[in-house]
Amino acid sequence: MKIAVPIKFVPDLVEELTIDPNGTALDTSWLRLIINEFDDHAVEQAILLKERGGGEVTVVAAEAEGVDDFLYTAAAKGADHLIKLTGDFGSGMNSHAAARALADLLKDSKPDLILTGVQAHNDLDGAVGPLLAELLDMPYVGYVAGVSSTNDKAIARKEYPGGIIAEMEIKLPAVLGIQAAEQPPRYVAYNRIRQVMGTSKIEERTITALDLSGGVTASRMFQPESSQRATILEGSPEEVADQMVGILKELGML
Amino acid sequence: MSQDIFVVIEHLRGQVADISYVMLAAARALAQGTGGKVVAILLGHNAQELAGNFSANRVLYADHPALAEFTSEAYQVTLASLIREQSPRAVLFGHTTIGADIAGGLSVKLSLPLVSSCRTLNSNGKFVCQICGGKIMAEGDLPSPTALVTMAPGGYKLEEGQSDQAPAIETTAIPSLDDLRVTLKHYIEPEAGDVDIAKEPLLISVGRGIQTKDNIEIARELATALGGQVSASRPIVDQGWLPASCLVGKSGKHVRPKVYLALGISGAPEHVEGMNESDTIIAINTDPNAPIFNVAKYGTTADIFDLVPALTEKVKQAAGVS
Amino acid sequence: MPVRETFWNIPHWAEIAQYILALLTAVVFVYGVTRRILRVRQGQSEKRTGHFWARIWSLVVQVLGQKRTLGELYPGLMHFTIFWGMLVLAIGTALATVDWDITLLFFGFQFLTGWVYIIFELTLDILGLLVITGLGMAIYRRYVIRPARLQNFPLKTLPRDDVYVLAMLAFIAISGYLTEGLRLAVTQPDWGVWSPIGGVIAAAFLALGDPNNQTLHLIVWGLHIASAFIILGSLPFTKLFHIFSVPLNIYFRSLQPAGALPAARTEGGMGVKEWKQFTWKQLLDFESCTRCGRCQDVCPAYLSSQLLSPRNMMIKLDAHLWEKDGRALHGDIIAPEEIWACTTCRACAQVCPAFIEHLASIVDMRRHLVDQGQMDATLQTALMNLGRYGNSFGQSERMRAKWTASLQPAVKDARHEPVEYLWFVGDYASYSPTLTEVTRKAADVFHKAGLNFGILFDAERNAGNDVRRVGEEGIFEMLAGKNMQALGKCKFETIVTTDPHTYNTLKNEYSWNGNGRPRILHYTELLDKLIVSGQLKFSKKLDYKVTYHDPCYLGRYNGVYDAPRRLIRATGCELAEMPRHGERAFCCGAGGGRIWMEEKPGRERPSEIRVREAAALEGVQAFVVACPKDVTMFRDAVKTTGNESRLQVKDLIELVHEAL
Repeated sequence: MKIAVPIKFVPDLVEELTIDPNGTALDTSWLRLIINEFDDHAVEQAILLKERGGGEVTVVAAEAEGVDDFLYTAAAKGADHLIKLTGDFGSGMNSHAAARALADLLKDSKPDLILTGVQAHNDLDGAVGPLLAELLDMPYVGYVAGVSSTNDKAIARKEYPGGIIAEMEIKLPAVLGIQAAEQPPRYVAYNRIRQVMGTSKIEERTITALDLSGGVTASRMFQPESSQRATILEGSPEEVADQMVGILKELGML
Repeated sequence: MSQDIFVVIEHLRGQVADISYVMLAAARALAQGTGGKVVAILLGHNAQELAGNFSANRVLYADHPALAEFTSEAYQVTLASLIREQSPRAVLFGHTTIGADIAGGLSVKLSLPLVSSCRTLNSNGKFVCQICGGKIMAEGDLPSPTALVTMAPGGYKLEEGQSDQAPAIETTAIPSLDDLRVTLKHYIEPEAGDVDIAKEPLLISVGRGIQTKDNIEIARELATALGGQVSASRPIVDQGWLPASCLVGKSGKHVRPKVYLALGISGAPEHVEGMNESDTIIAINTDPNAPIFNVAKYGTTADIFDLVPALTEKVKQAAGVS
Repeated sequence: MPVRETFWNIPHWAEIAQYILALLTAVVFVYGVTRRILRVRQGQSEKRTGHFWARIWSLVVQVLGQKRTLGELYPGLMHFTIFWGMLVLAIGTALATVDWDITLLFFGFQFLTGWVYIIFELTLDILGLLVITGLGMAIYRRYVIRPARLQNFPLKTLPRDDVYVLAMLAFIAISGYLTEGLRLAVTQPDWGVWSPIGGVIAAAFLALGDPNNQTLHLIVWGLHIASAFIILGSLPFTKLFHIFSVPLNIYFRSLQPAGALPAARTEGGMGVKEWKQFTWKQLLDFESCTRCGRCQDVCPAYLSSQLLSPRNMMIKLDAHLWEKDGRALHGDIIAPEEIWACTTCRACAQVCPAFIEHLASIVDMRRHLVDQGQMDATLQTALMNLGRYGNSFGQSERMRAKWTASLQPAVKDARHEPVEYLWFVGDYASYSPTLTEVTRKAADVFHKAGLNFGILFDAERNAGNDVRRVGEEGIFEMLAGKNMQALGKCKFETIVTTDPHTYNTLKNEYSWNGNGRPRILHYTELLDKLIVSGQLKFSKKLDYKVTYHDPCYLGRYNGVYDAPRRLIRATGCELAEMPRHGERAFCCGAGGGRIWMEEKPGRERPSEIRVREAAALEGVQAFVVACPKDVTMFRDAVKTTGNESRLQVKDLIELVHEAL
């Protein structure tokens, strides 16, 4: 079975995010990028499927700071092929453009299964998975936590609110949006990654033109206003605890 | 080409999802600007009665055995023909396990623009989305001709999307739903937890900030002192520190207790979705920029490991006195 | 004239039989020893030569002088008597052999004659008694007192080995006396008085009847000789092999600073997966364990009911070297829980009379587990944070110096201006919300002492001490590289650290090139010096009675015991020592990455044990520490043990701050 895992890097929310002077985008000068955590789970799920039933795993990512390290990490976990999409993304990348570039890449290699993170926190025009599925004329099921597959079909455990799980049967080839892998992404020791750097190769594919159509542009970006924010209780832990007891009493909880 | 606003109603196992009313409320706001009608799109099988309390001008009802329960492909095929036929100004989907599965495919299939994770829509045709885990809001003009929008909860109250008057229901034609590639095999019930957190008046909810499984004990002690229950955000359940029955959020329970005390929860939209209907939210998080403070009524950046034990003591004293 | 009557009453056939037995014994002995040597040689190479005289001196002090062994009185004296008794008896036997089989046989003379022989007889006679006394103490201790540390066995065969060795040695000693007594009873030589014990036994035999019972003498002699050869031949197959392995292990002991962990070996994967990936010295460690259990008695993991006993680990590893059933080192022999339970406090290695270096082996096994990604989720998160953000808190590096924001005057940025003291603050002191108050007090103390100091702000990373001990060598190297790069761009004279863990790795493990290692001080050392020089003066005299907890990485690892104590006294506080202090201090349980791991619930934690130890001291008000992790651990333990009103956990800097 051939499994492709498109992944993307997103702003790390550990850092304070700021808006650029135009007020229409994130200020990239302070931006630190990190793997979209759902994509990390998608890679783990792909590796688990490979370990169970054999096959080849290809991880695809658009060029960004830190992407090489992540691709090598994926290889250290067991990914067979690493592909990096390069090109001039200065005009901005959106999910539609990414999906089109991925569809171009994947239509020839014909993967049986495409696993990708169900969402990323900066998707303004939807997640890549469903877009890619439609471009490749494959079915899509998202919010998947747990996959098993045979030659021509996959059984996906789709999560619904309240802990209800729907077992969906999907004819392959298909795209699945991964919410969580069956186990948390495994740890890869630093030296393993270094070793892989010597043995694995990242294949680069240049994207000549981005087609952003179908996406949206924000005319303004801002941080949630402080008026919406909570009343902050200040003081030592003891003092804050006293205030909270007061609030709880007021609310009739005590 | 119409100025109508379509709302794709979500329901699961005979229950209309809360997000449907949020979308109806948003559609109402948007329709005031466009001058169009609010049209609820209900897909199902013998499910007309679900539409009884929709605040909509009309309901388009598609009935087919393959639509009895949600599957992405059957929904997409049905909706594609409907949207193509009627060209509404906008189609609202939930930014949920249902809506987010189908909106993207329709965007490509119909070559229509897609706006994701939208919190509010206004009569000027502007959308406001929350991105970056709720830390950033993005505003823009709703794209044309037909904007596909996935709606996150939080911008509207459920009542705004409900009505005492049952809307008119029209049954619509269904395209062929044979040879579907996605089929629902069956549902798996969640493992029954000891308690149903959705019924608790007070929840002490723990998130990543609790750091270790052992530390959950301090939340449990406070819960015992206050007579509440412990619930959790996604990372805690993913680690297996608490059972899935304790999960609050998009893929967990939607709760609305009188008091929701969030310990070390950052407040990502997926979590907030499950608890923002709570009467009073109190958040404890050392990160002053955590989005949880945007939904909380009270907050503090004190360290949970100092504050919570102190609070537990004081609660015990207060309870002893009264 | 007194002369040794070798082979008195021994028929010629018995004499020949004895030589045949000796030859057989030699063959078995050589086989046994060779087998051990070959096994140890299957380990990886490791350089342990050089400093010849220092090594010889170790042998003199630790083997002949039995210094470590005497660290505990009863077992120390017990071993000392057996050791010296047996050693002298063995030398005596060797001399007798030379006297009879070499000088007499080939050169026709005996040297064990006259007064030499009298001294010989007297010495051996008395030392024999010493051996019997020691053996008696051993038997009494093992089978009557039954100390706990001798009661748990990972292998069922060990009690048999213990009985065998004790019984055989006792039998040899007693049968030796009996032989002598019977001989003296018959021959009654003039110099018999010089064998006082033999004489007493001879008198007893005479009193009992037939003084000429030469058959009994022959039988007892035969048993004595046979048992002596049996124990010699079986020596490489019993715990007595430590007679050879321990002196070798002491000779080859590491002369590196205790705080310098050997670098990771990467052949065949990181760390140790199979026993052959241990170095020969590590294998010799396993072969040297006498299972005395002193390590177990001081191990915070063992004492808090974790699975780990350093003693059992060594026993199991030694047995594993000889197994043929293909069981796996990881999982079958040593459980991951054992490996992770270690706090790397080094108390085990500090007390081991065989100078076993437990930690090197434990960390090598950890390295393999890390390489396989086998660790608990919280540790995994901590490591990913360390790899990504350079701190275990998973916070931005820009938040590292947030604690300085409210300080006046502002703390200098050592990256932009030269300073005398570069303060390496460390993760816990920088990020932990409960500790930043203490950190600010430290800054205040430095200011008031008039120090020209600065910090690295965003450029500082976790120094990597515990990352390394967790077994993540790759991240350690990365962190060390980044810190070195940042430090390389700064102008400073001395590094001062808050955290003893940071102190240890900067001092002992960073490869300082170019100008060499700068002066590195823990803040307690620095403040101590400032008080001595008069640069730091106190305006108040504190009147608390306090106790001081030695951080492992300051005390045991780096020998800094006095500076913090002088500092405490300088503030006016009265210092009361806990029973375990100085090099015997009991670990808080946080080291070696334990602070990042999940604790198994329902057990008394090391920090709680320690707090109870302090709480038992009369009138002590404060529990003083000198490590940020200690503050975290003990503030918690004081609460969980219900000593919150009784004991205040204070960093030493807080006392200093108060006394200024």
